[in-house]
Parts: sequence; structure tokens; C-alpha cells
Amino acid sequence: MLAISNHQSSQPFDAPRLVTTAPLVRATGLTKRYGSIEAVAGVDVEAYPGEVLGIVGESGSGKSTVLRLLNLEEMPDTGAYMLNTPTLAGKNLYDLDRFARREVQILSIGVVYQNPHLGLRMRFTSSGNVAERLLLTGERTFATLRQAARDSLAISEFPLNRMDDPPRVLSGGMQQRVQLAKALALKPALLLLDEPTTGLDVSVQALVLDTLKHLQRERKMTIVLVSHDLGVIRTLADRVMVMRHGRVVEQGLTDQILEDPQDAYTQQLVHAKL
Amino acid sequence: MTLQDLAQPRQDYSYAFMDAYAKRELRRRMLKAIAIPGYQVPYASRELPIARGWGTGGLQVTLSLVGPESVVKVIDQGADDSVNAANLRRFITRMSGSQTTTDTLKATLLQSRHRIPEEIMQEGQALVLQVPDPEPLRGVTSDISKAHQLHADSDYGQMWLLLYEQLVRYRQYIQGASYPSLVNGRYIISPSPIPRWDTPKLHQSAHLTLLSAGREKRLYAVPPYTDVYPLEFSDVPFQVENQRGWVCKTTGVQNKFMNELPQEDGTSQYELSDSGYAEKLMNTGETSSPYYDDQGNFYHAGYLKPPVLPTL
Repeated sequence: MLAISNHQSSQPFDAPRLVTTAPLVRATGLTKRYGSIEAVAGVDVEAYPGEVLGIVGESGSGKSTVLRLLNLEEMPDTGAYMLNTPTLAGKNLYDLDRFARREVQILSIGVVYQNPHLGLRMRFTSSGNVAERLLLTGERTFATLRQAARDSLAISEFPLNRMDDPPRVLSGGMQQRVQLAKALALKPALLLLDEPTTGLDVSVQALVLDTLKHLQRERKMTIVLVSHDLGVIRTLADRVMVMRHGRVVEQGLTDQILEDPQDAYTQQLVHAKL
Repeated sequence: MTLQDLAQPRQDYSYAFMDAYAKRELRRRMLKAIAIPGYQVPYASRELPIARGWGTGGLQVTLSLVGPESVVKVIDQGADDSVNAANLRRFITRMSGSQTTTDTLKATLLQSRHRIPEEIMQEGQALVLQVPDPEPLRGVTSDISKAHQLHADSDYGQMWLLLYEQLVRYRQYIQGASYPSLVNGRYIISPSPIPRWDTPKLHQSAHLTLLSAGREKRLYAVPPYTDVYPLEFSDVPFQVENQRGWVCKTTGVQNKFMNELPQEDGTSQYELSDSGYAEKLMNTGETSSPYYDDQGNFYHAGYLKPPVLPTL
């Protein structure tokens, strides 16, 4: 999807990289059961470098579980997951041991949760929350941590005069910006967004989405975005996967899916929204 | 010969109050703790005639180590004559027949809450510290099973977050007690009873330090001549409390850990926190060398670095 805007028009047209490059994220045959409930049943996820992949579906469709599997928070029952970065290419991340997996989680994946309590230490300073990512990689110089926190908060458009306030005194939108800064602190190859703007009011939601869009353009980040809000998906995503009952019912380019849904369920979903 | 003659005479208590099995358990755990410096060894904590949180951890270790030939010193808040210290000392001597002293160098077994004495302790001495909270990771993770895993992985990055917060808010390390320290390059301990001032004294010490938490049922040790480094940022070195040139009102010494005595007119006077050391200075004027000299220099030259004010 190529939205026409000032940002885009100043840059030369990008060749159709979606078909010429190998996917950055390739997860195949993911299944996950919780007791008798089959949360995810044979889902394949592919995302190309610089692409935003949206996952939509109703509550309980398994979209958040897919995201947790991609974040290595949980292990699937079956399935393989590869990240095509110079250090990780060709390795199934689910086969890694605990230490290697943790390293991938810290260095290569950033995540923003819907609920900031999951991603942030609410009583620690915002800058400390961001600096923690660098501490986990072994950075022990205070000045470096400060600078990294400042840089990271600045690019997520967080007001720097409040960088040492704890997230619990910040507004919902600012908390999400802190989460975003934290996720971006180590320049991960893959950014996972789990309903990043749900729970924010519409104007704040627009501002946060704007930031995300800028960042995505500037940094050419690969993002997997989970949302039930088709407006968010339409704004950000290049490609969409529609999930229901743990299965992918339809996938394709965002415009194509949202304008001309083929599957009955997707048609319902789109019409319910519009 | 009758069975009566062979049997031990009846006693109301075992030697040193605790039964033989409990003491054996403690000694085994202590050996393990000494073998793995800084590792928190769980143990079966027994009931004692004092409440949990009043020094039961330290007391159990002391009771399982004490013998009739031991010379015991008990300190609470640096003082030998405070209520808790006096009661524990009386209990230990009554149950074991050991000698007591207030002189740090004459003691073979020291039980302490809050302080390591000012005089440099020697080989062969054992210092037992009563620990309220043995878990250094509690500030960053509330889940104890996660903390165990972090210890096992030596995954301590989050600990610096606590220091980061202090520097951001106060531009200096302000942790009063339990300053997290890396023991033997492997485990981080929380020396929770002792002030920051005393933390460097654990480094390459000649004596054995045993830290025991009765309520939390864990003990850990710093064996003699073991490296102990307080956590710090590479550009903001660790500092001990600034004693600000305070002079002890009774002995006139400086650069030791002081107690503040607020006066009626709003001013303050100061006295040595280590009462055994003060007593020695007053009686004879003769002491052995202290950890910090009169200019405040630590006895391991170069261990404490000059202060740096971080820029935010």
C-alpha cells in the first residue's frame, strides 16, 4: 500500500521488494493448545523486510497467541519460526535453548502491549524503563544509558522534559510511547504491536498511529500488528491476515481485503465495521 | 553397670539449646554456603525462644557454632549494650557456657545486626549477620521463582536499574543498607543488615562472614579472602556514606560510622556507632588498625574511588 503524503513523495519509488527479497519473518505450521482449546491451528506467518503485517480477528480468534509465539513468550506445540537476520538466518528459534532464546528476545524483537502494565515498570522512571533494555545487554555506563534513553524516547515523540517521570503518572498515550521507545531501544529487526492503540481515545490514537507510521517509513521496520480495529489496520498495514477460531481465513493486501473481501467471515467483519 | 549409668544425665535442653539434628542441618548448610560463595542455601529454620525477625537466623548459626571455649561478642546497631544484643548474649552464654567480650579482636564468634566492627577482623574469626531480607532481586522482580532462575543464569542486568533510579533522582547512590554486591564474580548478595559503609569490609576479608535469615530460611556466606564488589556504573563509582567530618563527642575520632544524637537546641552531636571500639579508645587509647583510617582511607588502597557527580 502506497499512501501519498509529503514523506513519501520526496523519496524515490521503491522497487517491489516484497517479491524480490526473502521474508524476514517466516513462521510455519504454528499450533498451540490450551487444554482442550485449540488457540492456534496451523498458522503460517510471513513478513518481508520493511513490511507491516496486520492480523485481525475477533476476540479469541488466536491473534494474540500468534503474537506471543512470535515474541517467544510461549512455545508452540508444533511449528517452526525463523528470523532472516545475519546472525539468526536458518535457525528455528523454537529449538534454541533458554539463553539463546532470551538473547533473540532482547536483541531482535521489540514488543508493545495493549496494557502498559505488562510492558513497563510503572513505578520506575520512564527513562529507566527504556535503559533497562540496554542494561540487559550488559551496558554499564550511566552516560550511555541516559543518552540511549533520551534518543529512543525522542524518536517515539515522547516529551523529554518528562523522561524521568514514572509511567504511572503519565497519560495512556504517553505510556504507549514509553513502551514504543523501550521496544525500539535496541533497534530490533522485528517490532510486534499487540493492539497498541486500543484503550486510547480517538485523537490520541491518531497521534500514536502517526508516530508509528513515521517510524515505519524512516526506519523501514518490519512490524507485525495485531488489532481488532480495522481503522488501525487500514492506516498502518501493507498486508492483512484475517483469523478466526485459530485459523487464517483470508490474507492479502490491505486494500484488497478491506475493499473486496472474498471470505464470508471477512465480509461480515468489514461490513460490521464500515 | 546399669543402663542408667550409660545414659546421659537428663537435661532440660540440648547443649546450646538446639537439638543435635538442627545443629547438624545448620552446619551442613553452612559448609555448602561457604563452598559456593554468595549462593543462598535454604535450610530448615527452627523455632527459637525469640520471634522470627528478631535475629533467629543469626542466632541459629551462632548456636550451632558455639562451644565452651568460644568467646562471643554480640552487637546490635553497633552497640554491645542494646537490649537485643544483651538478651542474645545472655541466652547464648547461658546455653553454651561460652565466654563473652566486647573487644572485637578477642572474640572468636561475633553475632551482629547492622554493623561490621571498625577494627579489622582477623583470620579465624567468624562474623554472623542477622539478615532481614536475603533476596537482592526483590526490588526488580516480585516473583521468587523468577529470581531463582535469574540467580542461576547470573542474569543480573536488572539490578543496575535500581542504581539508575537512584542516580536519576538523587545523582548519587543512596541505598542505605543491603547494597547489592557481587561475590566471587558469580552471585549477587544483599548484605541487608549492614550499611553501605560496611560493604567494602567484606572484600578480601580475613574473617568468615555468614549471613542468615531465619524467617526466609536462607543462609549465605562470604568466605575469607573472597572478592566482593559493590555494583556500580563504570562512570559513577560506588561511594560509602559521607561522614562529613563529624567528630565523635566522646572519643574525638573522625571518619568512622557515626550515630547522630539530636540535641534540644536543634543541633546534632555524633558518637561512634561501634561502642566496643569507642570503649577501647576511651580505656586504653590503643586499638589495632581500623578498616578506615583517620583520614577516611580504606585499608585496601584503590578499592574505593573518588566520587563522580553524574550528569543527567
